[in-house]
Amino acid sequence: MSEPILEISNLSVDYGFGPDAVHAVADASLTLSRGEVLGLAGESGSGKSTLAYAVTRLLREPGVITSGSAIFHGRDGAQDLFDLDAEQIRELRWSQISVVFQSAMNSLNPVFTVGVQLTDVLRAHNKELGRRQRQQRAAELLDMVGITPDRLRSYPHELSGGMRQRVMIAMALALEPRVLIMDEPTTALDVVTQREILQELGELRERLGFAVLFITHDLSLLVELADSIAVMYAGRIVEHAPAESLFRNPRHPYTEGLLGSFPGLHGERKTMTGIPGSPPDLRNLPSGCAFHPRCGYAMDACKAERPELLPISWEPAEPRSASCLLHTDGYQAPESLSKTPKIGSAL
Amino acid sequence: MRILRNRKTLTGLILLGIFVLVAVVGPTLAPYPPLEIVGKPLESPSSAHWFGTTQEGYDVWSQFLNGDRAILIVSFLSGVIATALSVIIGVAAGYFGGLADNFLSMLANIFLVLPALPFLIVINSYLPAGNKSSTALMALIISLTGWAWGARVLRSQTLSLRKRDFVDAAGIIGERSWRIIAFEIVPNLVPVIAASFLFTTLYAMGTYVALTFVGAVDVNTPWNWGSMLFWTQADQAAGSGAWIWFAAPGVAIALLGTALALLNFGIDEFINPRLKAAGLTRKGLRAAGINRRHTLGLTPVVRPATVTAADRPAEIIEETV
Amino acid sequence: MTEIPVLEAKNLVKHFPVRQGWSLRGAKVHAVEDVSIALRRGTVTAVVGESGSGKSTLARLLARRTSLTGGELLWEGGTQTPSGREYASEVQLVLQDPFASLNPVHGLRYILGRPLKIHGTVDGRSTDDAVKALLERVSLTPSDQFIEKMPHELSGGQRQRVAIARALAVRPKVLLADEPVSMLDVSIRLGVLNLLADLRDREQLAILYVTHDLASARYLADTITVMYAGGVVESGPAVTVADSPQHPYTQLLLSAVPDPDRDGAPRLAGAGSPPSLIHPPAGCRFHPRCPFAMAKCKVEAPPALPVGDGHTSACWLHENTENTQASPAAGTAGAA
Repeated sequence: MSEPILEISNLSVDYGFGPDAVHAVADASLTLSRGEVLGLAGESGSGKSTLAYAVTRLLREPGVITSGSAIFHGRDGAQDLFDLDAEQIRELRWSQISVVFQSAMNSLNPVFTVGVQLTDVLRAHNKELGRRQRQQRAAELLDMVGITPDRLRSYPHELSGGMRQRVMIAMALALEPRVLIMDEPTTALDVVTQREILQELGELRERLGFAVLFITHDLSLLVELADSIAVMYAGRIVEHAPAESLFRNPRHPYTEGLLGSFPGLHGERKTMTGIPGSPPDLRNLPSGCAFHPRCGYAMDACKAERPELLPISWEPAEPRSASCLLHTDGYQAPESLSKTPKIGSAL
Repeated sequence: MRILRNRKTLTGLILLGIFVLVAVVGPTLAPYPPLEIVGKPLESPSSAHWFGTTQEGYDVWSQFLNGDRAILIVSFLSGVIATALSVIIGVAAGYFGGLADNFLSMLANIFLVLPALPFLIVINSYLPAGNKSSTALMALIISLTGWAWGARVLRSQTLSLRKRDFVDAAGIIGERSWRIIAFEIVPNLVPVIAASFLFTTLYAMGTYVALTFVGAVDVNTPWNWGSMLFWTQADQAAGSGAWIWFAAPGVAIALLGTALALLNFGIDEFINPRLKAAGLTRKGLRAAGINRRHTLGLTPVVRPATVTAADRPAEIIEETV
Repeated sequence: MTEIPVLEAKNLVKHFPVRQGWSLRGAKVHAVEDVSIALRRGTVTAVVGESGSGKSTLARLLARRTSLTGGELLWEGGTQTPSGREYASEVQLVLQDPFASLNPVHGLRYILGRPLKIHGTVDGRSTDDAVKALLERVSLTPSDQFIEKMPHELSGGQRQRVAIARALAVRPKVLLADEPVSMLDVSIRLGVLNLLADLRDREQLAILYVTHDLASARYLADTITVMYAGGVVESGPAVTVADSPQHPYTQLLLSAVPDPDRDGAPRLAGAGSPPSLIHPPAGCRFHPRCPFAMAKCKVEAPPALPVGDGHTSACWLHENTENTQASPAAGTAGAA
């Protein structure tokens, strides 16, 4: 992978302020490289959506960013998104960083046609384009996502869910941004439409070269889709690795448990257990490592010490990290969490 | 109870408590009966007559102390009856739908559109003289014009509750309709019913005072603040400068109404808890230097400015516009 | 299987009237069209389909919460079909949303006590003891703590267990579960699915598992029935249907589902979206999207044709036995 395009460092986001604030994201660091697909996986309360919205400063009240930086390497050089004011952010947003929201198909204004909404985006960011040019560009955009240009005159309710989602993607790509953040973009769609849209997205990526931050709870989808995956739990990143390595050889007990929660489509049927317990209440986190009450490998130290996200101590050359005491000096990682690919097998 | 922690509710409750106290002990504490000549007409306030005397020489203070009870009895009784009616009619219309709903809704709409005061004046004119002074009958008649609004509100709440999964689930395990209404739906309506009760009571109070003031009911029996207002108007108290005579009942009525309204606001906030997230009150934010007017589309950043470029002035807090 | 099914649906039809717009007056939504399914004791039957396939409507028809437009329901061979409350004591339905199916004003004691009292399944114990026994059956222990709790104190997975316990309180023979884990976090879904498997094994319940997730159906079920646009397109033993699907729609589903073990990129075997249920296509409802569509498909809807042991597929490709293996299994390559 090439140069970084978005560097998030030590990001912390709270809901509320003061001693009762809820720490939705704590000390998260991620780097998105140019043209890369980075998957962000987690369950409810993991903080994955909060992270994405905070980076683009779209988080609603009572969200507050309490620490960290988000350096974006855009057309005008490197800028910390948290230093910018309203006008600067507005300019950056959409033209360089775009967001496709969860159930975005409901984000279209029902009283305007699709064409109007597309040309609106163009007009807001580029005052020089004439009306005919805008129409032309809007038609191009629809064509790019596989919708016939005659749909410019359609209202949102006349389109199917899948088509509306495609329109949202077209809108997000209208100004050819460098980064596209997508929050559960296909969860509300049926499996076949989901697959079609993701294939189209792949083609668009090849053509336009943008990077994608793809947020979802569906880890099995990310394994197919992403170049690298970051797994979040209770507001922290607990593992970050290339997709295939994460799938074949997870290092964090939560990742292992999560992977074991997706019944496969092949092989003999045997009983799987998922992960016992439930995701923690962010207002009442366990001491030490937030995962320890549900962890099959928990030791006494896990209740006291919160592990940091570090490269695996016994695998320092690998581009992956995990936040688990088992992989730090002084501990022995169990076999299930220290598998390595056999020599010669494709990664 | 959490509801008592709300300042509005507490104030309203205390205020109401005072009025209840006056209603209970007022008539006993009054030095004179309200309609007995005990002094010269239109005396100014003195130690013998704290509020002075009326045109006829009645003691205003005694009149005032006697004026609370009837109002409270009629208002609350009317509130109870009207709320009961609105619950029965509104919830039945919402739950059963179809013809029953059409009929009951039409009934409610008719009573809603009816001009209340003229209607009540006409009804009262048909009452035999003796009944014009019965508080129970008064309450009943006033409640006839007070139930329709609550019924509509409860009907629409019931319509939306009926679609909820837990109502469906109750039907699935075999609960009978009446039990579903009474034990699954109505318990979820309690805050709405409470607010409707207070609102209806407030309405009944205003209506009763108005009816007395207009003379549609027996002005002197039972005695209430509306009676005082009737007589101040008839005897032109404003012209003769006896301002306490009409100010006292007027202010009292206004305060009683305020008490009920405050309680109502308190319950409203309970029904729709706005997201008062921890510490995100005005004071907390100002201490952190965040402008309370949060711009939509710009999450505030509050962090120690240690990593900004060297040429920026050092600030403790980043402020956003 | 020669055992008589506990509950059998024959040729069910359900049409909903469309209530809006002048141009759509008199139109109907053909939600379920000619669906037959049999539920047997001690088995899990999965109904797999996308939204709009009619699977949830089917569950409500089987629960008698929605009236039939056509077809019949047979109880234990059709001797005497119970109705009303008696039916509710034999057939129970668990709903999808655990956050909406429990009344927030009632504690667990009331929620689980009601069905026990209505159907008299307390059995000489105190109601509290009976409720605690139910809580233990769904692994909500310690039961004396849980009996005091209110719904908002429980997680999604726990609430769904309460919903299942409520259904079990009446001692049903059939448990219909409408997407019971779709709204739960991924890591706790298996716990609830394993509970259903346990109920099948220990109490010989007949379970209907409605889902859009083929993988979880393969994991849990004995039989899979695939629905599309209101009709059944394929039905058979779970592993067989999931590993070697015969109907083009099932093959399309399989090619689209996320599968990390897949070799190479998935090749979608078909495109487009489900048809309108108000004006469904003539003949086979899948023909507009089917890569193998023939002239006959546009005219006549295929019946369920046998393609293996207990395995049927409603597709004209299987009309003659030579065609049984003709459809290439797209995207199903993978480690066995």
